[in-house]
Amino acid sequence: MATVVNIFSHTIGRKLIMALTGGFLIIFLIGHLAGNLVLFVEDSQLAFNEYTKFMTTNPFVKVLSYLTYISIILHVIYAIVLGRMNTQARPVRYSYNKPAQSSTWNARSMTLLGLIVLVFLIIHLKSFWFELKFGAVPMMEGTDLKDLHTVVIAAFSQWWYVIIYVLAMAGLAYHLDHGFQSAFQTLGLNHKAYTPVIKSIGRIFAIAVPALFALIPVYVYLTQNNIL
Amino acid sequence: MKFTLKIWRQAGANQSGELKTYEIDNISSDMSFLEMLDVLNENLVQKGEDPVHFDHDCREGICGMCSLYINGRAHGPQRAITTCQLHMRSFNDGDTIVIEPWRAKAFPVVKDLVVDRSAFDRIIQAGGFVSVDTGGVPDANLIPIPKDTASEAMDAATCIGCGACVATCKNASAMLFVSAKVSQLAMLPQGQVERYSRVEKMVAQMDEEGFGSCTNTYACEAECPKEISVTNIARMNAEYLKSKFTSSDSFAGKS
Amino acid sequence: MPLDDNFQLDSKIPSGPLAEKWDQHKFDIKLVNPANKRKYEIIVIGTGLAGASASASLAELGYNVRAFCFQDSARRAHSIAAQGGINAAKNYQNDGDSVYRLFYDTVKGGDYRSREANVYRLSQVSVNIIDQAVAQGVPFAREYGGLLSNRSFGGAQVSRTFYAKGQTGQQLLLGAYSALSRQVAAGKVTLHTREEMLDVVIVDGKACGVVTRNLISGEIKSYSAHAVVLASGGYGNVFYLSTNAMGSNVTAAWKAHRKGALFANPCFTQIHPTCIPVSGHYQSKLTLMSESLRNDGRVWVPKDIAVSEKLRKKEMRPRDVAEADRDYYLERKYPSFGNLVPRDVASRNAKDVCDEGRGVGKTGLAVFLDFSDAINRDGRDVIEAKYGNLFDMYKQITGENPYETPMMIYPAVHYTMGGLWVDYNLMTTVPGLYALGECNFSDHGANRLGASALMQGLADGYFVIPYTIGDYLARQPYKKVSADHQAFKEAEKGVKDSIDQLLNMKGERSVDDFHRELGKIMWDYCGMSRTAEGLTKARQMVKDLKVEFEKNLKVIGSADELNQTLEKALRVKDFFELAELMIVDAFERNESCGGHFREEYQTPDGEALRDDENYRYVAAWEYLGEGKDEKLHKEDLDFEYVKLTQRSYK
Repeated sequence: MATVVNIFSHTIGRKLIMALTGGFLIIFLIGHLAGNLVLFVEDSQLAFNEYTKFMTTNPFVKVLSYLTYISIILHVIYAIVLGRMNTQARPVRYSYNKPAQSSTWNARSMTLLGLIVLVFLIIHLKSFWFELKFGAVPMMEGTDLKDLHTVVIAAFSQWWYVIIYVLAMAGLAYHLDHGFQSAFQTLGLNHKAYTPVIKSIGRIFAIAVPALFALIPVYVYLTQNNIL
Repeated sequence: MKFTLKIWRQAGANQSGELKTYEIDNISSDMSFLEMLDVLNENLVQKGEDPVHFDHDCREGICGMCSLYINGRAHGPQRAITTCQLHMRSFNDGDTIVIEPWRAKAFPVVKDLVVDRSAFDRIIQAGGFVSVDTGGVPDANLIPIPKDTASEAMDAATCIGCGACVATCKNASAMLFVSAKVSQLAMLPQGQVERYSRVEKMVAQMDEEGFGSCTNTYACEAECPKEISVTNIARMNAEYLKSKFTSSDSFAGKS
Repeated sequence: MPLDDNFQLDSKIPSGPLAEKWDQHKFDIKLVNPANKRKYEIIVIGTGLAGASASASLAELGYNVRAFCFQDSARRAHSIAAQGGINAAKNYQNDGDSVYRLFYDTVKGGDYRSREANVYRLSQVSVNIIDQAVAQGVPFAREYGGLLSNRSFGGAQVSRTFYAKGQTGQQLLLGAYSALSRQVAAGKVTLHTREEMLDVVIVDGKACGVVTRNLISGEIKSYSAHAVVLASGGYGNVFYLSTNAMGSNVTAAWKAHRKGALFANPCFTQIHPTCIPVSGHYQSKLTLMSESLRNDGRVWVPKDIAVSEKLRKKEMRPRDVAEADRDYYLERKYPSFGNLVPRDVASRNAKDVCDEGRGVGKTGLAVFLDFSDAINRDGRDVIEAKYGNLFDMYKQITGENPYETPMMIYPAVHYTMGGLWVDYNLMTTVPGLYALGECNFSDHGANRLGASALMQGLADGYFVIPYTIGDYLARQPYKKVSADHQAFKEAEKGVKDSIDQLLNMKGERSVDDFHRELGKIMWDYCGMSRTAEGLTKARQMVKDLKVEFEKNLKVIGSADELNQTLEKALRVKDFFELAELMIVDAFERNESCGGHFREEYQTPDGEALRDDENYRYVAAWEYLGEGKDEKLHKEDLDFEYVKLTQRSYK
């Protein structure tokens, strides 16, 4: 067993963690987005708050959420570990470099993009998850549901908050565009016929999912401020 | 043609270096890049200055000895060639050309543009072979190998070990080099016996040498003079994971 | 120390029928007990096909090996650049090949100046090489059924050439390098890269070590051993421009020669017909295009000088030359072999048509190699699959697209058949000193056939030396001479003195400048065709230039650092001495054979005219001291099996 454990002391093993946790977070995004889309429904208060309750109480979802937390933490830790190793691998940098000729900007900037997503995540969790768990979210009238919906709508009615969201989702999009196909590569799944398909799906995913996420606050902002 | 050259000069491994500027004139567009440096060196010798040291040998793109990071790119601006195959017609008259050595912790500078790539040799020594002694092997046609497999193995085997993949990788990762050898032998029937121990040993050595990890930017493939595919990296990842999770040696803690 | 007056070259060819000599010899020679092999140490110079395969095989047997190369990695030895393929008498194609046929073709191709017994052994072990390489994972080209593919290669009428794209040398070398690496990991080979041998040390008449220079630190060091194996390649770079790598040099072989090893047939140099023509003065090397191109390409020049002139001035495009105005001279003169005549014939004919003024290209020193018929016949895809990488390479170098306009080619120095004289055991005239691969003279006679160099290097390293060295070692005590022995001190001092001499000269001219001039003399007078008059003149020119070299050389930097100009100067110094010997040898050989063409000796239709009566021997030269004429020893060649005929490829 020893060597199976020491897999994580080698580059490929560490990358495996990045790929697996990243892959899991991709799946998480789908679930999260599906729930959030409730906000597009007119008079979504009840539906959204019920969804919130389901997400916080269902045992299966609980397990998933813990997996998500673990994934995020591992993804960040190993990003730092690998990132340090990678920086150390080139102690003297080129004084003149033109990397754009051979690789894409986002592939090279995964740490920066990841950091953007991480900062966003902290803001996001503080605004909603923390408030829901430890803060004073009022109860929805006539129900036993916490009224997160009102908190969300209030937050999304502020223009600067919406901008943070949109920018963060742009960062996520670039992160995903590289990360999606990269996870397959790291898992050893590269095939003449399938890899181009995976790359296309990855790109569609990387555009569609963050775009929809970003659309929600924009939509709320526009409707709340009677622009739409 | 006329050029301004900014060349990394460093007297020795433990000395500091800097970019020095040289002007050069009367360069023919048919010259190879290294022939241009030959001319510069002749001029320097005439002036009594130490010529610029750079590695080179076959000058036909196969020995893998030449290197050079030219204008921000490994082996210069063209695709799929080594520096010795780069010709001055790829530049414009009057250009400024910046020339640096490969930069990686695992490739320390020896002098000027010469680096030490013995880390690659040590990776091969760790397992990049089939353990057969001379003699006593079966007839070459005893084991048929599908044409496509042989040709894919050949594509991987075509690696010249120049180190451009490491030089261009933002992480100074050697994955393309290592995976090319792992792939070649993993695809061929002759490599099966040591398939899993090989990948584990080579990856361990690669890490020990201080190369970075792969973040799948694929810059290596784009700059590889032999256009080795990153499919090999995926294959090595798969080989490694298979070894870790399925090979009995791995579970027994043998390798 | 000069050899005895009654010294006789003994080739040690075993008696008995040709086909049984090698087997019988293997049985007759002494063996070293497996447990005792570890008590012997062998030094191997060079890590090309011969050196790497020898180091690996000897280490596998249990010997302790110390291997040296001047490159930064053993994998970069110049064998890596061989493109076309490797011959083996496998007869996989059922086209009538056999060990005997390969033997016969090689002896004939070598224009009857090689040893029958050696060549026969080479043909015998050729089949083992392919097996060995495949077992190592060398990805040779294959057919759809999964079996190995073969092609016919320059001068052969059977398909016996195995290949791996246009990178056969690379793949075979990487195979040998991997075997070597395995032994390095096992601790049986100590590998010294960037360390160049600068002298061989002889004690009590036996080779017992070398003196080297560490190219990074400049340190001069002695290593002792029970035997020294040289596998240091050929000396084509004496011509300055050749297809050899920039670092390829004669130094190891030459130092051995100076220490008493006879140097055989130095004038036998091979000019390869399909190289990319010279483009200017700055040219540092010539690039070979695999001769396999001649399988599909047709060689031609215009019939009329006027047309050639127009082409040279670019007033006309090659495509516009009408079919009737083209002279496919090889097909015309040699209807049965056509474009596939041996290298020497193809090269000389190219020179002839250019001398007539019908050459093309900027300089008029080029002929066309045209693929348009092949592309029309087989389609561009087929041609691309076969030669794609070569076409790309051509385009990269010349800027012209060979799919659209014919390639231009011209002969260039490619291989040297001459080298250290060795006996059947590959031992030089110095006991304990061996020479393998291109650095010996043995198997190719006056001309090497295509795809035979890889075969010979690997045959020597994998399948000959592992047996024959045992015969010598078995007679040696386990205790080796100490590297502190006076002879090592003297050799070290000699090396240091010659380095100091070069560094202290403070002259005016650079090494390259001298080398270029030396090369030009050699190419003009001792190249593709030679005359007594030209050789006499060239000898004086080389002597004069050497005198200047020894006074007016400018080397920058010091001895105790990486100093590439110093390395080069040390090598060029040896080229000067070699050049003179080549000229002397070419002058002495009053006949034309293979790569040696003396204009005075040709048939009425311009073919090489051998003189078997007087020159059916190996010329082995003995070094007698600085500035003294070398002494000729002759090894007569007996042909018991192959009948000597005038080579005809008509």
